[in-house]
Amino acid sequence: MSPGSEWRITMNQSNKSNISDALKDAGLEILTCLQCGTCSGSCPSGRYTGMITRKIVRKARVGKDVLHDPDLWMCTTCYTCQERCPREIKITDAILAIRTIAVHEGIMLPEHRRVSQLVLEYGHAVPINDSVKEKRESLGMEVLPETVHKYPDALADVQTLLESCGFDKLAAGSQE
Amino acid sequence: MEKLSLYLGCITPNRYPGIEKATKLCLDRLEIDYADLSGASCCPAPGVFRSFDKATWLALASRNIVLSEEMERDVLTICNGCYGSLVDANNELKDDPALKKSTNAHLEKIGKNFKGTVDVRHIIELLYDEPGPEKIKEMVTSPLDLRVALHYGCHLVKPSKERKLGSTEDPRFFDELVEATGAESVNYPDKMACCGAGGGVRSALLDKSLEMLEHKLSRIRDADVDCIVNACPFCHLQFDGGQVEIEEKRGTGYNIPVIHYSQLLGLAFGYLPEELGIDLNLVTNEDFLLKLKGDR
Repeated sequence: MSPGSEWRITMNQSNKSNISDALKDAGLEILTCLQCGTCSGSCPSGRYTGMITRKIVRKARVGKDVLHDPDLWMCTTCYTCQERCPREIKITDAILAIRTIAVHEGIMLPEHRRVSQLVLEYGHAVPINDSVKEKRESLGMEVLPETVHKYPDALADVQTLLESCGFDKLAAGSQE
Repeated sequence: MEKLSLYLGCITPNRYPGIEKATKLCLDRLEIDYADLSGASCCPAPGVFRSFDKATWLALASRNIVLSEEMERDVLTICNGCYGSLVDANNELKDDPALKKSTNAHLEKIGKNFKGTVDVRHIIELLYDEPGPEKIKEMVTSPLDLRVALHYGCHLVKPSKERKLGSTEDPRFFDELVEATGAESVNYPDKMACCGAGGGVRSALLDKSLEMLEHKLSRIRDADVDCIVNACPFCHLQFDGGQVEIEEKRGTGYNIPVIHYSQLLGLAFGYLPEELGIDLNLVTNEDFLLKLKGDR
């Protein structure tokens, strides 16, 4: 059993089809939600994307439909809803946890797969490029920073960890 | 004063190296004991990797922390995203023995072990603690005559139960550090609102991300400021690169200069804009650069 996928394990081992039970096991209680809408009213994304935080929480209580809800990916994780929730529900953390379940069911946006590939290849989600190398030189800095970019052994360690966690397969969409 | 390791993350060294250089110049001037955290990787980015797979997030974050443990130094971050990722991972691993055990099972494969012996700091809360705004004010050699729109960024102060830095609706500590440089931190509507970049929204849903950004930019333009100051290279990238993207996509030019607090402090310590990489932003505002030189 890979320790890399505890959400999937939680869902499968306990045969729970209910997302809210899986969240509760992770310390994220959402059943106390009274659907007041403070979260939606506070959401900076909701003003422009149509994301309705309150509906995500409601859907998560009812069933698995929420995993396919595009709103899941419109959250900037600003935590304003979580700060303001009168029931102190960890709403942002719950959205992150629901995303985890979705990703382990094979649901991931193509752009996020690409960012994942960058980390697998370079150890950086935003790797260096030639233009920035020139900027570093013009500032009198070393061309490569003191990160995995400069130390191939360190990059190999990062890649070993990613493989150990099964992240290579998860990002490729072939984990099952 | 504690000993620190400087954790760079991705965007600082690989997009805005001026922030890296400015940070080192300021740490030297403040006589803060720091060393490079060699071989560090992506934190990894909290909004995306943390939500993809918790074990992967903890494994990579803990490796970065372990490198600092081996140096017997606390981790110093200069990015809200890196701070959020590393401080949360550090706290979870310290508090949960089972999580620590499963993470160490991965780390064992590269000969590492998470012990939980160091803390993770953000440069803003660190400087506020020590030396503090009053002492910084005394050390400033070139007080700045600037009107500044300060952007705290979400993950510096939230989630507040983990951060413990006080109010998330109307915090003051970062404003005090800005004002220690002589600059005026101008109040503006939606000051605490998100820049729109986080959670993988900028990478996957750029147009929506830019709508959130433009709302904030319009508020800042109305406040009639010289520049935006941030403490997060990802917010910095969103404000700087995002202005160029908004102009390309919608034709609206804001042309508001964007600088990291390390660069603002560097200016107040008498360094030139070119030494701090302020002229290497994507938004080029000659009036601003001329004004900064006039202040020398």
